[in-house]
Amino acid sequence: MRRSRALLAGAATAALMFTAACTTDTPTETAPEGTETTAEETAEAEGSDDSGANSDWFVQADFDRELAQRDIAPEGPADQPWLQAIEPEFVDTSEFASEGGDKVLCFSNASVSNPWRVTGWITMQQQVEVLEAEGVIGEFRVSDAADDDNKQISDIQAFVEAGDCDAIIVSPSTTATLTPAVEAACESGKPVIVFDRGVNTDCMVTFIHPIGGYAYGADGAEFLTENLDEGSTVLALRILPGVDVLENRWAAADKIFSESGLEVVGQEFTGGDAAQIKDIVTQYLQRGPVDGIWMDAGDGSVAAVEAFEDAGQPYPVFMGEDEMSFLRKWQDTEMTAIGAVYSNFQWRTPILAAQMIWNGEEVPSEWVLPQDPIEADELDAYLEENADMPSLHYAKFGGEDLPGYPEAWTDR
Amino acid sequence: MSTSAATARAERPRLLERITASSSWTVYALLIVVFVGILVMNPSFGEPMSLMAFVKKAAPLIILAIGQYFVIVSGEFDLSVGSLVGAQVVIAARLMDGEDSMTWPVMGIMLLFGLAVGLVNGLVTTLLKVPSFITTLGMMLVLYGAIRLWTGGAPTGALTEGFRQWGRGGLFGSPGEFQVPYALLIVVVLGVLAALLMRRPYGRTLMATGNNDVAAAFSGAPVWWVRTRAFLLSGLMATVAAVLIGGYAGVTAQVGQGLEFVAITAVVLGGVVLGGGRGSVVAAMAGALTLEALFTLFNQLSLPSTIRPAVQGVIIIAAVAYAAVPRRPRRRATAEPPSSAEPSSPVDPPSRPKEPAAT
Amino acid sequence: MSTAVTTAPPAAGAPPSSVRRRRRLGSTGIVYLALVGILLISVVLVGLRGGNFFSQSTVAYMLTQTSLLGFVAIGQTFVILCRSLDLSVGYVVALCSIVGATTMAGDPNRVWLGVVAALAVAAGVGLVNGLVISRLRVNPFIATLGVGLIIKGYLDTQFKGPAGSVPASFQGFGYTRIGPVPVSTIVMVAVAVLGVVLLTRTRSGYHMFAVGGNVDVARLSGIRTGRSIVLAHVLCSLCAGVAGLLIAARFSTGNALVYSYGLDLDSIAAVVLGGTLLLGGRGSVAGTVGGVAILAVLDTTFNVLDINPFFKDVLRGAIIIAAVALYARRQIDPASSRARFLPGRRAAPSAPTGTSGPATGGASA
Repeated sequence: MRRSRALLAGAATAALMFTAACTTDTPTETAPEGTETTAEETAEAEGSDDSGANSDWFVQADFDRELAQRDIAPEGPADQPWLQAIEPEFVDTSEFASEGGDKVLCFSNASVSNPWRVTGWITMQQQVEVLEAEGVIGEFRVSDAADDDNKQISDIQAFVEAGDCDAIIVSPSTTATLTPAVEAACESGKPVIVFDRGVNTDCMVTFIHPIGGYAYGADGAEFLTENLDEGSTVLALRILPGVDVLENRWAAADKIFSESGLEVVGQEFTGGDAAQIKDIVTQYLQRGPVDGIWMDAGDGSVAAVEAFEDAGQPYPVFMGEDEMSFLRKWQDTEMTAIGAVYSNFQWRTPILAAQMIWNGEEVPSEWVLPQDPIEADELDAYLEENADMPSLHYAKFGGEDLPGYPEAWTDR
Repeated sequence: MSTSAATARAERPRLLERITASSSWTVYALLIVVFVGILVMNPSFGEPMSLMAFVKKAAPLIILAIGQYFVIVSGEFDLSVGSLVGAQVVIAARLMDGEDSMTWPVMGIMLLFGLAVGLVNGLVTTLLKVPSFITTLGMMLVLYGAIRLWTGGAPTGALTEGFRQWGRGGLFGSPGEFQVPYALLIVVVLGVLAALLMRRPYGRTLMATGNNDVAAAFSGAPVWWVRTRAFLLSGLMATVAAVLIGGYAGVTAQVGQGLEFVAITAVVLGGVVLGGGRGSVVAAMAGALTLEALFTLFNQLSLPSTIRPAVQGVIIIAAVAYAAVPRRPRRRATAEPPSSAEPSSPVDPPSRPKEPAAT
Repeated sequence: MSTAVTTAPPAAGAPPSSVRRRRRLGSTGIVYLALVGILLISVVLVGLRGGNFFSQSTVAYMLTQTSLLGFVAIGQTFVILCRSLDLSVGYVVALCSIVGATTMAGDPNRVWLGVVAALAVAAGVGLVNGLVISRLRVNPFIATLGVGLIIKGYLDTQFKGPAGSVPASFQGFGYTRIGPVPVSTIVMVAVAVLGVVLLTRTRSGYHMFAVGGNVDVARLSGIRTGRSIVLAHVLCSLCAGVAGLLIAARFSTGNALVYSYGLDLDSIAAVVLGGTLLLGGRGSVAGTVGGVAILAVLDTTFNVLDINPFFKDVLRGAIIIAAVALYARRQIDPASSRARFLPGRRAAPSAPTGTSGPATGGASA
């Protein structure tokens, strides 16, 4: 009797699990078709690199373009990479030109929820202070959406409706979802500047971004391919699935690894949490050697290196980021590594772009900033330059000439 | 009197039944199954170094589970532990900033901070009568925001080697070779202390409070203080867990995120009933160990990362459902003599469930 | 049986005092009083900064923020009234946004198909939640957390990022406004009215209160308690499904990452802020709408005043605790809340003597 009840419960659980699977399965029958066609249509129609709803995140044309852009010398002042642009196509902004200072600059920020964004946000505020001191900007109005797309849509709408923004800067939280809101902002007649992640429209005056995710992922993947023998094993550590910029990084690396002789032993999502990263690397080391580590973002890279130390294994060939704790660890251990860069100095550019637009100066319609990884021979120089900077600061933050340097970044 | 006689009578012939009757036997069974699974997939997991690496990873969750156990068994929740762990690691890094001499003073500050958070949680829940779910949810938001406000959004500073050794290092041998991790020793000591505490009068009062706080109050227990102490213990354990996690992996912005749900899941997996009054602390620890082993097994099976939450969801529901169904009829067998011997009155229930729980 | 006997004294003591208090000020009354208070403070603070809190854009912003959480919280009210809770709502919202958007696939003729598909999936998830809780007697916390994880695994595996597209006609649900009032808010209020009617005018509604108040007494008085719990969960998931459709309309696509917005805990906070007892048996949908409005006013004020996003979290946490503490002092009679506590706790030890052994699981779970 009791036993049968237990069995019943087990059977019921199993049945329920099946029902659960069935219920959630229903949408997939229509989903793949719908998704794929949309992805292709968008990709073909707009040729955008972040075409949102594609299922495999790999667009050959974008991949080729970004890889080629790495070798193109950018135009612009050599000592101000944040003003450089790769193959710019300038657009006329005279329609937005306006006299006088004390402009209202509105900025809809996706979030400051990771150290990269925190560093960039400080740089941006410092740049704004300069222009405030010069009398160009009167008010800098900011809405932080805390990674909530729905809130960011409302934030942008609020700026549009307030009507007194002289320019609207948007750092979108997700490419596909913010497109309607940005289009609405464009229609309001105010100059709109989008930076970091894109949107599926070209209505904004300028879209500012470093070369991109494919280039980022490829920098690391190529470095591993060059420095490892054929047949070596590589472990890929990723943060989250479904974030377009991160998916592009992996798509490029996956492509390069699949064409090389390297064996990818695993790709794991870690949430960027150091404890998870260390545990996962440790487990892979128990099962066999790992010769190279590829990461889609540098968060927690030191923990991955430590996993090798604690397991008594030789250091791998490592792809990290230009984040200070990793650079310091790299110097200490003298391992073979590369610090990939997703140019943090891009946070300055939108502010300066707004100033240019108010002045009626031409700006590139797609402002592609340079994006060069830190290689071994540059390591010491970057470490020396940023000697006072805390961990989780990004070496290529590009704020050294701003008046708040260095206190603003050291005492954040 | 009648109780001890009844249990003594039941003792010998029902040994097997007693094991299976305890609500937590499923967790031990699951633990063994998962471990066997891991060893089959990867025999090298049984090597001392691999096992010790696993212990270092699992230790913080086990300790959090102990803390969460005290709170849950008293009939409450603590959702703030994840944020608290994160806050503690960030506080440690910022205050130490790599200065070895600061290690111990800062650990003292962390201890006080952890206790203070526990005290606030406890007092707000007991004296202001805010449900603990809301108290600790609010505390979670406050800690999350306050710590980022203080550090400007991303952690700064660095942990000292003296601090990190607790989660990373061990006794005997040098790094990179076999060591007995400090984390293992800490877990064993805290586990034994927790099990002893649950046998002390405080533990029994705590269990009684979770079972029926009105009755516990009638029988003279200071319910508010009993529960507040449970929150203090939770804050203390979260602090220890923070020391171990910080030591194990260093500082990142994400440290501690989501740990509260993992800890509660672990405790429930160990057969502890949400709502209080039932379950053993050792089983809660086993629940945490099982959960960590399950994560390891997923990895060994090379299960795609994305599908793992789904499998985890099915397993916890199935385990809890399975534990929920056969328990009552079996339990009736051991619990029947005492409860039929004395008619239930408002006062006696708290003393009643202590017996089965303590065995 | 013994349960009913022991509950009697405190339960008998409770009604007079709660009746007296209710005459003074109902729980929903306090919520709206708090809302007015917070509104006044906000108006003054914004006014001091030279702003106008009742400008069209600010009001529109606030109401838009209300809708999404509003749907989820209204649904959450039903389950919390039944002394259950639903942690899977965030995942249901994400799932339904994707189901809706992929079914519509940009075709205006498929809008209704998409709506029906999304709601059907939502109802299915609710059914599973309800059955796992009522039949398998899994604690709602674990059951819904587990179901949420299952959905998360499915979403992460199947949809890496946004999927599907919504025709322009349906985007109106997310963007159209009548004056400062968004259509989504009107729909939300309509759903709330339906909820109020269901809870106060129908037998199913009374049963939910009864189940949440005391599951054993409810059962002994002939209520099929399992059915009420399943119904509450289906309604809760349906509301989350509507929220998912709203997300799809606003994003013009479905997005799996919506589950990271924290809607689960936010909705529970809103419900409790609305004066509903977390232990079930007492509360109202009207109060929940008030609770959601309080959170929306706070968010809007923080936004207009340009408060540091991290400081917002601190304030939000502190205000939620303070408000609930205030309710606890002012309105929730300790004696009556104890009475509710009692049967659930008492059920377990007394179960062995009664014939309702397995049934009490629902109470303590």
